[in-house]
Amino acid sequence: MNKLQVEAIEHGTVIDHIPAGMGVRILKFFQLTDNGERITVGLNLRTSDGGSKDLIKVENTTFSKEQADQLALFASSATMNLINNFEVVDKYQVQLPQSIDRILQCPNSNCITQHQPAQTRFYVNHSNCTPTLKCQYCEKSFSVGLFKELN
Amino acid sequence: MTNPLFQKDIISIADLSRSELELIVTTAQSIKKKPRPTLLSGKVIASCFFEASTRTRLSFETAVYRLGGSVIGFDSGGNTSLAQKGETLADSVNVIGSYSDAFVMRHPQDGAARLASIHANVPVINGGDGANQHPTQTLLDLFSIYETQGTLEGLKIAMVGDLKYGRTVHSLTQALALFGCEFFFVAPEALQMPAYLCEELDSAGVSYQFSNELEAVLPQLDVLYMTRVQKERFDPTEYQHMKSQFVLSATMLHDVKPNFRILHPLPRVDEITTDVDATPYAYYFQQAENGVYARQALLALVLTEDL
Repeated sequence: MNKLQVEAIEHGTVIDHIPAGMGVRILKFFQLTDNGERITVGLNLRTSDGGSKDLIKVENTTFSKEQADQLALFASSATMNLINNFEVVDKYQVQLPQSIDRILQCPNSNCITQHQPAQTRFYVNHSNCTPTLKCQYCEKSFSVGLFKELN
Repeated sequence: MTNPLFQKDIISIADLSRSELELIVTTAQSIKKKPRPTLLSGKVIASCFFEASTRTRLSFETAVYRLGGSVIGFDSGGNTSLAQKGETLADSVNVIGSYSDAFVMRHPQDGAARLASIHANVPVINGGDGANQHPTQTLLDLFSIYETQGTLEGLKIAMVGDLKYGRTVHSLTQALALFGCEFFFVAPEALQMPAYLCEELDSAGVSYQFSNELEAVLPQLDVLYMTRVQKERFDPTEYQHMKSQFVLSATMLHDVKPNFRILHPLPRVDEITTDVDATPYAYYFQQAENGVYARQALLALVLTEDL
């Protein structure tokens, strides 16, 4: 059977085409479990081309374009599907933003943001095929894999 | 006309345009030729060194006094109630900024100056933040190069020593890249220029080459910027072998260009032998003196609207 074993939602957002393995990370980074809404997560779902993907359905929740684009760091191929009355009323692909604000912790242990209260900001360098993030404060650049989410 | 640096924070060399760098350099030259002893009369500058740095602090404070301003502050953060009572940097900066017209700070953590600039209501000048930036060192280096060469344009410059960890060479390279200079990076392989900086140069179409032999590149150069290879980064045998490759002595200067000059951010240990000091090429002590003029220029521009 090729049909996805994931229940449809009435209102909310479906984040589709997340690379397999990134779904749980996205849940943690973006603190999607914090608002108490029902979330359905599909991991390693088979795709029509024989590959696999993760998928997240969040009920009664919409994302701003800024929030959605931050997902592109971890899932550049992700699509956002806005659902209303079980219908897809808007659909778009995420795009790398200019900056990632507040959600990541700088990997540099001597960065002032690790020692003083500060809202983090990282500028996204789009020039390479693997994006890097430059800390607004310590000015160091890091690959995405080095980041931990803020507590 | 308002000068473009008026009331501007000076946090990172990357924030300054080519024309702003030129303005600082030419202002330093003008103040060196013609002192302005009352330019900052009535201004109070906070000099807050959360970490000790004698030369940078004294140089800044001298610059303020020579422009007729006054200094408040401290020379070691550990001795202040800020450290002992656990006040945040943001609150400290906010309060001290309300007592002063500009805030010069040094701090042991990377990015502290940027955070301070977000919370201060006066211009913040970074006197060094951890291993990150030390923009006024770069400004005095640029001024010294300009003074010795009459231009910053199209020079051939070698950076020698610890290029991996040396923030002075990183910032200076970024600044000089704006002027079409050509670089020779002379360092042990383990201490070569970081890849991210070389990528920046590649993107900007700047020409550079690597070498691990100092003497071979000397005849091509306008400026030699020496830094120390730190002993503790190598085992003793390796260090002894390497040391000889990166020590400059007077006998190596037989074939250099007449305009050739040697710079060093100081303190020197043994990477430039003392017999070089008497040659016409040594410029590192004048360079240190230029720190005061470069900082005078910066303070003057940040605090004077129509300079």
